[in-house]
Amino acid sequence: MAAERKTKLSKNLLRMKFMQRGLDLETKKQLEEEEKKIISEEHWYLDLPELKEKECFIIEEQSFSLCEDLLYGRMSFRGFNPEVEKLMLQMNAKNKVEEVEDEAVELDVSDEEMARRYETLVGTIGKKFAKKRDRASYEEDENGHIKPTVKVKKMFLKPQD
Amino acid sequence: MAEAGGITTESVAGDRARAARTMLDQVVLPGEELLLPEQEDAEGPGGAGERPLRLNAGTRSRGRVVCGPGLRRSGDRLLVTKCGRLRHKEPGGGSSGGGVYWVDSQQKRYVPVKGDHVIGIVTAKSGDIFKVDVGGSEPASLSYLAFEGATKRNRPNVQVGDLIYGQFVVANKDMEPEMVCIDSCGRASGMGVIGQDGLLFKVTLGLIRKLLAPDCEILQEVGKLYPLEIVFGMNGRIWVKAKTIQQTLILANILEACEHMTADQRKQIFSRLAES
Repeated sequence: MAAERKTKLSKNLLRMKFMQRGLDLETKKQLEEEEKKIISEEHWYLDLPELKEKECFIIEEQSFSLCEDLLYGRMSFRGFNPEVEKLMLQMNAKNKVEEVEDEAVELDVSDEEMARRYETLVGTIGKKFAKKRDRASYEEDENGHIKPTVKVKKMFLKPQD
Repeated sequence: MAEAGGITTESVAGDRARAARTMLDQVVLPGEELLLPEQEDAEGPGGAGERPLRLNAGTRSRGRVVCGPGLRRSGDRLLVTKCGRLRHKEPGGGSSGGGVYWVDSQQKRYVPVKGDHVIGIVTAKSGDIFKVDVGGSEPASLSYLAFEGATKRNRPNVQVGDLIYGQFVVANKDMEPEMVCIDSCGRASGMGVIGQDGLLFKVTLGLIRKLLAPDCEILQEVGKLYPLEIVFGMNGRIWVKAKTIQQTLILANILEACEHMTADQRKQIFSRLAES
């Protein structure tokens, strides 16, 4: 039914570059994996026997960043460049696994209240897209919050002999 | 005869190879071989050929050892290629076993390494790429799309002679190095064109690592003097900027000189500066 189906964005739209900027690494990796699966059948591969590599327990790395925990290269002191100072805190906190005790931004709205409001918001917006016949199914809660009720789908009843 | 000769050379080479564990923080020279901890016991009393029987056959599952700059792998041992002090770091969370060994050496010439953040000077603009001088054997190439929010129509505002802070994505001895000014998520995170004014000067690579160490006193003292901004490039280049030219020059002189000063001399200089 139209009431239960929210407006979905097509896969091609989600694959566009401007939609991917805000995604995390994980979602990006998942999308890439899905794309790889699609290509797999037509993908060409070398039909060689598997060569066993000698087990080597020593890895060579030429970078000093693995050896020593170096700080981030850009620094600013006494407020000369506020953006760089913000970056310093961010990057150096990533290196150290300590948790940052004081949160810079305090939440105005707590998570629980946010979840509560969002729950009722879904109903309100869903009601806007529902057809006239289905609007009656949206009932009002005690506090005046609108919650959609689950509709029982009318199945075809087989005639009994 | 050949076999006897082979055994003697092996034992001679075995005598020269020393345990890495005993050489920590000592000076090592190129050509020395180092044994990793697990191999000492096998090569101990008994010489060539004898293998002590072990109940736990899990010695091989110790995890991977990483050999860092200044060391190379030769068979099962580490071969020293630069002179300096041997250092070791234990693995952090205990996950990847073995730890890291490297040689703390000093040099002025930079060799591009993948993942390093460097300061480069744009020397040429050709088509879709910029040629950036990073102090290595070849100028690195930087694509104009490798900036945050850059598209084919929206080109970054980079001119010849600008200073760029970026990192290498490709850096090996066979190809010209390539650098970018964005990280893996596509965000700039501090990289890109470095602003106007300021002073760029060159120091040794060891000093950069010393200044960027987590507990560096020099930077803490410098930060208390006056408002300033510094950018460190792993290729030995430092860019500084302060409010006046005189302050910038003082800062540059301090950073260049602090390599050869003892802690006391440094404190004297800072106290004199704080007075004036």
